[in-house]
Amino acid sequence: MNNSEKKRMNGEAEEENEEDVEDEGRDAWERTYTDERSWEALEEDESGLLQPIDNKAIYHSQYRRRLQSLSATSAASRIQKGLIRFLCVVVDLSKAAGEMDFKPSRMAVIAKHVEAFIREFFDQNPLSQIGLVIIKDGVAQSLTELGGSPEAHIKALMVKLGCAGDSSLQNALELVHDTLHKIPSYGHREVLILYSALSTCDPGDIMETIQKCKKAKLRCSVIGLSAEMFVCKHLCQETGGSYMVALDEGHFKELLLEHAPPPPALAEFAIANLIKMGFPQRAAEGSIAICSCHREAKVGEGYICPRCKARVCELPTECRFCGLTLVSSPHLARSYHHLFPIEPFTEVSARQLELSRVASKTCFSCRESLLTPGAACTKCKQYFCLDCDIYIHESLHNCPGCESRRITPAAASATMS
Amino acid sequence: MLKEGAIESRLVAGPLVVTTWPRSFLLPPHSRGKLLRDFNQSTVVVGHGYASFQANRRSLISFSDDVSLLVVLIDTNPFFWSTSSSSLNFHQFVSHVLVFLDLIVRLSQLNQIVVIATGHNTCDYIYDSSLDTDQVTGEGELPALYSFVLQRLEEFVDKDEKLGAKQEGLSEKRASSLLSGSLSMALCYIQRVFRSGPLHPQPRILCLQGSPDGSEQYVSIMNAIFSAQRSMVPIDCCYVGSHNSAFLQQASYITGGVYVKPQHLEGLYQYLATVFAVDLHSRSFLQLPRPAGVDFRASCFCHKTTIDMGYVCSVCLSIFCKHHDKCSTCGSVFGKAQLDAASDRKRKASES
Repeated sequence: MNNSEKKRMNGEAEEENEEDVEDEGRDAWERTYTDERSWEALEEDESGLLQPIDNKAIYHSQYRRRLQSLSATSAASRIQKGLIRFLCVVVDLSKAAGEMDFKPSRMAVIAKHVEAFIREFFDQNPLSQIGLVIIKDGVAQSLTELGGSPEAHIKALMVKLGCAGDSSLQNALELVHDTLHKIPSYGHREVLILYSALSTCDPGDIMETIQKCKKAKLRCSVIGLSAEMFVCKHLCQETGGSYMVALDEGHFKELLLEHAPPPPALAEFAIANLIKMGFPQRAAEGSIAICSCHREAKVGEGYICPRCKARVCELPTECRFCGLTLVSSPHLARSYHHLFPIEPFTEVSARQLELSRVASKTCFSCRESLLTPGAACTKCKQYFCLDCDIYIHESLHNCPGCESRRITPAAASATMS
Repeated sequence: MLKEGAIESRLVAGPLVVTTWPRSFLLPPHSRGKLLRDFNQSTVVVGHGYASFQANRRSLISFSDDVSLLVVLIDTNPFFWSTSSSSLNFHQFVSHVLVFLDLIVRLSQLNQIVVIATGHNTCDYIYDSSLDTDQVTGEGELPALYSFVLQRLEEFVDKDEKLGAKQEGLSEKRASSLLSGSLSMALCYIQRVFRSGPLHPQPRILCLQGSPDGSEQYVSIMNAIFSAQRSMVPIDCCYVGSHNSAFLQQASYITGGVYVKPQHLEGLYQYLATVFAVDLHSRSFLQLPRPAGVDFRASCFCHKTTIDMGYVCSVCLSIFCKHHDKCSTCGSVFGKAQLDAASDRKRKASES
């Protein structure tokens, strides 16, 4: 894993020379065993347990690079993000998905990571909906309708795992276009295609379909598992999505999870609208009602729609009878950190730390001593260790130093003006 | 006994100033003896044997299910403690909490405690039972843990007061504490414990809060709650203020913790010992207090009233109670594509 990352960083040229000379018939995954000796990336610690080599330094430097590329694109201005997303995930289950270059097979790896992606997606975008589509035998079928419950999608996907036949990109795009055409105008329409095949068998002109999708404002992204294809690249360029090809399983997971946070919204796509939503109260303990989702009598815990008084089991959902979107305030609050992001911390070298007049050289939030280079917040000037930096920016979204300060309204307006 | 008026805060129309902060604020001399007389002799034995307990702790490598790491967030907000009309004042509160901390330490050798104080102007670590610098042994009237924590609390309260003295112009009656700061620090500490290896105690957070909720901290507290939910760290709360705290009720509900608002504050220790001393594994065998009803309704941004049906802006998710043409938070014009709206504004600006 280590070596493959390094090779990715160093570039392709050196790799090709080695390949031509030594291995003609071996695939990349076989080479990780013969050439790169992946077992050497393990070592024993003092109690005899196997641990991977401490690659914390590599992890930190990758994190810093990722953060810098993100901050370079967003600059100082606030970029509007599409918070209410309607995403169709298209999984290619043609014969190519049965290839075993991803262990145990491409299909199994895709299924495992799509499950993690769906959970992460609903965690970060609680008001959004996902629909699943599969391509099999040259035909695209809709596996699940657009919905907001992760369990339903995961269950449906796990049942239908079998690969056969050809792959047809145009059929998938037609189906997705019909599905996403019906959604309201304030939603952001996105398509994520996980493409394993190297060809597409289409009944008509795929370029026309691509233009149709572009006109319907669908943002199509593709993650390829085999090699780069021109038609996928063209599709993504036309519709404004991203096209990436996965090198191995870890890279595939990373690319997939990059699509979980909301993408920047293009100005002409975003039509702002006021959506009527209900905030139901919990049903009283011991009250008996027939719930509208399962059509069974249930006791106690559930929510009551404020408009039609129907009982629903979980939130967020759409009331089946009156169509009102039902959410609770934590669901909206989950997306607030996208609207009020914290700024990246600046890197602090060991020398700067010595020069500073900080009394105790410990991280402000976890009180671990700052041995490695640390990070400092630009607003509150506190020092943090790199692990806290990563945790704060990726999960917590609060700077502990800024939160532990009381800013009076006078001081706040002074800094803002 | 300490006079009720010893901690004054003059609420005047102008700046709110906290005056007369007595040195022996936390535990007056004559009540220390009373505290010790309430214990039996075994307390003194614990004081002697404390050092050997610490040494043994590190040589044990197996962690059973019932070892806990408890992070206690103590509210020291002077604006709350000076104006609270309940029967509990600050030094009684601290004495209840100290006995509870001692209980946790004695339940298992491997239990760890971290105490973080939530002040009005700052938050800081008070005590960390796993640090070498915080290991205390001592003989004397009070167990060493108590005098150490009391001393650090006093230093913290002084620092909090000094930071507040620089600011002026604060005239709100219901001043809140910096709960989001101490929650964030607690979560970062717990992440550090997770990183330390596969063998670690089960962490949880206990909030001893009395101050009212500060609405400016809503987003930060919700971020902290969701992060705690992802790391599976329950946030328990024992609320000693007057009205229920909506933020902490939501926190306990979402993270799977326990929220208790004791009715009889003189018996605070009993609530703490019976509900919060139990580790996470054993909680499944106990019937702990369940919240009567958590209110998840939202409040509208224009009037701050709770509503059960409202309008949500699709761009910035602000909540309104009636239909508007323009969002007051993000400025988006409803019903038009953003590009059209922007060009309209430019045209109007150039015309006028």
